Amino acid sequence: MTRYVVGRIVQAAVVLWAAFTLTFAILYLLPSNPMQLQLAAAGIEQDSLTPDQFAAMQHKFGLDQSIWEQYWQHLSGVLHGDFGDSLSQQVPVLDLIGQRIGSTLLLSVSAAVVSLLAGSALAYLATFVRWNPLRLVLTRLPALGASFPQFFIALFLIQFLSFQLGWFPATGTEGVVSLVMPVATIAVVTSSVLAQVLIKSFDETLSQPYIITARAKGLSRTAVHLRHAFRNAALPAMTILGVIVGLTVTSSIVVETVFTREGVGKLAQEAVLSQDVPVVLAVVTLAATVFVTVNLVVDLLYPLLDPRISHVRAKVTAPEVVPA
Amino acid sequence: MSLVEIKGLDVGYVRHRHIQPAVTGLDLTVGAAEVVAIVGESGSGKTSTANALIGLLPANGRITGGSILVDGVQTAQAGERVLRQLRGSTVGLIPQDPMVGLNPTKRIGDQIAEAVTLRGISGPAARAEAIEFLTQAGVPDPELRVRQYPHELSGGLRQRVLIAIALAGRPKLIIADEPTSALDVTVQKRILDHLGGLAREQGISLLIITHDLAVAADRADRVVVMRHGRKVDEGDPATILNAPREGYTRQLITAAPRLAHGGQLVAHCDVRHEPVPEPILTLTGVGKTFPVADPRRGKRGFNALEDVSVTVPRGRTHALVGESGCGKTTTLRIALGLESATSGSIVLDGTEISGLSWNRMRPLRRKAQLVHQDPFATLDPKFTVRQSVTEPLVSFRIGDRRSREARARELLDQVALPASYLDRLPAELSGGQRQRVAIARALALEPELLMLDEPVSALDVLVQEQILRLLADLQEQLGLSYLFVSHDLAVVAQISHTVSVMSEGKVVEEGSAAEVFANPRSAYTRELIDAIPGRRVVTL
Amino acid sequence: MTAVLTETDPILTPAEETRTRHGGRLGTLARKPGFLLASLYVLFVISVAFRPGLFSSQDPYGTHPESSMQPPSGAHLFGTDVYGRDLWSRVLHGSPLTIKATLIALAIALIAGLGLGIVSGFFGGLTDGFLMRVIDVLLAIPGLLLALSIVTALGYGTIPVAVAVGVGIVPGFARTTRAEVLRVKTLPYVEAARAGGASWGRVLLRHILPNSWGPVAVLAVLDAGVAIIAIASLSFLGFGAAPPAAEWGTLIADGRNYLVTSWWLSLLPGVFVALLVLSLNHIAKTFQELGR
Repeated sequence: MTRYVVGRIVQAAVVLWAAFTLTFAILYLLPSNPMQLQLAAAGIEQDSLTPDQFAAMQHKFGLDQSIWEQYWQHLSGVLHGDFGDSLSQQVPVLDLIGQRIGSTLLLSVSAAVVSLLAGSALAYLATFVRWNPLRLVLTRLPALGASFPQFFIALFLIQFLSFQLGWFPATGTEGVVSLVMPVATIAVVTSSVLAQVLIKSFDETLSQPYIITARAKGLSRTAVHLRHAFRNAALPAMTILGVIVGLTVTSSIVVETVFTREGVGKLAQEAVLSQDVPVVLAVVTLAATVFVTVNLVVDLLYPLLDPRISHVRAKVTAPEVVPA
Repeated sequence: MSLVEIKGLDVGYVRHRHIQPAVTGLDLTVGAAEVVAIVGESGSGKTSTANALIGLLPANGRITGGSILVDGVQTAQAGERVLRQLRGSTVGLIPQDPMVGLNPTKRIGDQIAEAVTLRGISGPAARAEAIEFLTQAGVPDPELRVRQYPHELSGGLRQRVLIAIALAGRPKLIIADEPTSALDVTVQKRILDHLGGLAREQGISLLIITHDLAVAADRADRVVVMRHGRKVDEGDPATILNAPREGYTRQLITAAPRLAHGGQLVAHCDVRHEPVPEPILTLTGVGKTFPVADPRRGKRGFNALEDVSVTVPRGRTHALVGESGCGKTTTLRIALGLESATSGSIVLDGTEISGLSWNRMRPLRRKAQLVHQDPFATLDPKFTVRQSVTEPLVSFRIGDRRSREARARELLDQVALPASYLDRLPAELSGGQRQRVAIARALALEPELLMLDEPVSALDVLVQEQILRLLADLQEQLGLSYLFVSHDLAVVAQISHTVSVMSEGKVVEEGSAAEVFANPRSAYTRELIDAIPGRRVVTL
Repeated sequence: MTAVLTETDPILTPAEETRTRHGGRLGTLARKPGFLLASLYVLFVISVAFRPGLFSSQDPYGTHPESSMQPPSGAHLFGTDVYGRDLWSRVLHGSPLTIKATLIALAIALIAGLGLGIVSGFFGGLTDGFLMRVIDVLLAIPGLLLALSIVTALGYGTIPVAVAVGVGIVPGFARTTRAEVLRVKTLPYVEAARAGGASWGRVLLRHILPNSWGPVAVLAVLDAGVAIIAIASLSFLGFGAAPPAAEWGTLIADGRNYLVTSWWLSLLPGVFVALLVLSLNHIAKTFQELGR
C-alpha cells in the first residue's frame, strides 16, 4: 500500500518535471532568435542598443549562458519557488501570479463544482427519464453544449443577460454577481463533456446483467438507479476528473479575457501577446501541477471506491470447496 | 389453479421499426411445487418467455399477444407497479452468467439483505436472514462471505449467492435461466442438485431454461421443447426420451451423447485392440511457469504446467480434456509454438521445436494448423471467405491467383460449403458456417495435424454434431491427425481415439477413450463422468 | 460427402439481418435527416473553403462607410461591419484560413498520433511503456496552454496556430489507436493468420490496421470539431492571421466591441462556427452508432 502510494507520487513528480522540461524546450529552443523575442517583450528596440548594452541585456536575460546552464537555473529557481522576472512588467513572475491566483481559483473551483453537479444531474435525468422524446433531447443536449466555442457562449450571455436584461455585469471581478456568467460559460462546456462520458457509462452500466438481478428482486427503478447503477457508472467517469479540472483551468484564459477579469488566465493571454516567456513558462507549469495533482488524488482514491482494484490487501479468492 | 398460466403468448423484438417475432402462440403452465424445463437452442425463444413472465424483457422487447397469469395476476400488459410486486416475492430469478450477475461494488450481504428488506424486515434482522439464505444456498462460512465483494468469490460461489438472492424474497416460483452453463461440469452438477433439493424442501416451483435436453430430463417433472419461438414437444421426461413425438426432439436426443447411449458414456471409436500408429506429435515432460507479474496468469486463469507428456498418434484424434484453468489450452499453444515451454521437449513429425525461433518454426507451420473456439472472432470481419481461406497460401507464396482460386473452391467443397460463399463476409455466415471456413483455412496448407481448441463449444448441439461429423469425415479422407482440446467429455467421447485428462496443470489419466470412459482409474475422471447430465434416462 | 447445408442453424437469422443492413448502409444513412443535413452543411463549408467566391458575390475587403453596421437583410445576409464590409462574405472568405489550419492540425495529429499509437500498441513492452509516458507528459499540460506556449515560441499566424492545436490533439489519437491495435492484436483471427505463416508486417497491414480504423476515424471527425473550436479560440485571443484577413475567431472578436448596438457582428459568425462543430459531432456520433 505505502509502496503504491510512494511510487505513484514519484511518478507524478517525474511527469511534472518532464512537462516543465518540455515547456522549457518549446519556449527556449523553438524560437530562432530568443534574444530578439525577449527584447521585443521587454519593449526594447534591438537596433537602439549599443553592443555593450546589448551584451548587458543578454546577461540580464541569461541568454549569454549555454542552454543547459539556462535550463538548470530555471529548474533550480522553480524548485526554490522563483520563476524569474516578467520581461514586460519587470516584477517577479510569482508576484504577478500571486495577485491574481485568488480570483482564478475562485472561478475555477466554482466552475468545477457547478460542472460536476450539472453534468451528473443531466446524465442521471437523461438515463432515468422514460418518455422517449424528452430522453432523446436530454441525451443530445451535451453534444450541443460541447459544440459552442466558449468565447461565443460568453458573448451570448453578455448580450442577453447583461445588455438586454441587465441582470449581471458584463465585466469585472467584484462580488459574487460578477462570477455568475463566467462560471456559467465554463460550466456549459465542461458539464457537457462530463455528461457525455457519464451518459455513455450509465447506458453501459444499465445494460449489465446485475441490473436485471436487482430489478428481479423487486426493487423500484429509482432504487436500482441510485443503489446499483450510479456508483458503477460514476467510477469510470472519475478518471476524467483531471481532464474536467484541466478544462476549467484553461477555460479561464478565454473567459477572463472576455469578461475582463484580472486573473491568471488573462495574465497568460497578455503574456503570450507580449511574448513574455518567463510568465508563460510559469503559468504552464502551474496548470500542469494542478492537473497532475488532481490525477494523483483520483488515482489514490480510486481503490477506496472500487473494491475490485485493491492495492491495500492481497486478493483472497474463496476456494470452490462446497459441502455436498 | 396453476401458479403460472401462459396462453397464446406472442413476444417480439423491435428492430428497424419492425417487430421480429421471438415467441409465437406459446401455451405453458407451471403448477405449484412443479419443476418444468424449457429446452431449446439459441434463438428458440426460451429466454424471451422467461423474461416476459416477470416483465424483464429488454427495452426493445414487446409482448404482442396472449396472456400470462402469474399467481392469478395478469402480467402480459401490466405496468411496472404490478410487476414489481410480483418480482422477488412471487417469482425469483437466477440469471445466466454468475460472473456478471452481481453488483461488483456492493457487498454480498447487502445485495441479499436488499431482497430481504423488501419484505419489510430491516436492520440486523435482514442481515441475519441474509446469512441464513447463504447457508441455505450452500455457501460455506456465510458470516465471512456477507462482508466480501463478488470478485472475491469463485463462479460457483457467486451462483450460490444468486440463488440466495432468489430465495430471499420467499418466492413461489424460481426461474433459473441457464443457471450453470458458464460453470465447469462438476460445479454445475453440485449446484443444480442443490437447487433441486431446495425447491423440493420448500415447495417452490422451478422453471429451468436450458439448451441441454439431458439437464432438463435429469431434473424436471415436465419438459417443454421449443424451436423457432414455438413449442414443438411437451411431456414428462420418460415420454420425451423414450417416445418423442417430434423428429426435432429425436434429433436432440441423438445429439446428446449420454441420452443416446442409455445413460452411459460410450466412446465412439474403440482402438483398444488396434496397433498404435507412429506419433506425429510428442510432448515429453513439458513444464510452463508464468512469471508472477504476468497478467495473463490472472486474467486467463492459466495454471502452470507440470511435467505434461502427450502423444498424438498419426491419423488419430487425441483429446485433452479438463475443466477451465487445468492447462489444456496452454498445452495446445505450446505444441503450436505460440507459447514457449519452460522445460521439456516437443517433437513435431520428427523435429524438435521447443526453443525454435519464429523464422525457424515457420516452415513447420505447414504441418500443424489451428482452429479456434470462438467462431465470431476467428475470421477477420473485413476478409471475404476467399481471402480468409487463401491467406495461408499467400503467406507461404504458394501458387498463383488461378491455382489459389481453384484451391479455395476445393477447400470449401471439403468443408461442404458451396463455392458461392467465397465472396461472403463473416457477418453473412452463421456460427457453424464460420467454423467450417476456419477449418477450410486450417486445411489450406495441407497440414498433417490440426490443433482444435474447443472447436464446437460455442455452437448449438445440432450444429456441434454436424461439425464433429465433418471433422471425422475429413480425418478419414485426408488422413489427418487431431489434437482436440475440450471441456466437454461427451464431445470427446464422440470424436477421440485417445484421451489425456488434465487437472491443475497435470495429466491425471491417459489411455484409449474406450478404456478411460468405461473404466476410469482416477477419482477425478470419475467425478467428471458422473457430472455429465443424462443419468436419469437409466432410471426412467 | 454428406450434404450439410441443411444445417439447423439459428444464428442464420441475425446473420441475414446483418446482410441486409450491410447492403443498405448508405440507405440507412440517407434515411437519417439529421445526418443528411449535417453532411450537407459540412460539405458546404468545405467547398466554400476552396472557392469562397462561389456563394457570395461581394468583396470581403471592400469598405463602404455609407452602409456600415447594417443589420442582416436580403442584400447582406449577416449584415455589415463597422467599415460597411459584407459580413457574410467575410465569414466565407475566413473559411479557407480556418479550414486550412484545421486540416494541418488534423494531419499533424493523425500522422504523429497514428504513428505513436501503432508503434506503441504493436511492439508493446518497453517501447510501449516509454511512449505512453511521453503521452502522459503531453497530457499533463492542458491543451490550450500547450498551444499557447507553442504560439509564444513560433509567433502568430495561421500556421503556428495550426501546429499548436495539432500537437495538442496528438495524445488522444495515440491513445485511441494504441487501444484499438492492442484489442485487435489479441483476437483469434490475428493468431490464426500468424499460425498460417503470415509475417508480422502482413498481419499489421492486412488485419490489424483495417480493423482498428473505425474508432480512430470517428475520433478524427470529432477532433476536427475540437480543432476548429481551438483555432477559433486562439484567433479570438488575438494570435491568428494578421488583418485584414480574418479567421472566424477574429471576426467574432472584432464584433464584440459593438455587442450593444450590433449583436449580429459577433453572434452570427459564432452560430456559423457552432453549427459546423455540431454537424461534425453529429456525423461522428452517427458513424459510431452504425459501427456498433
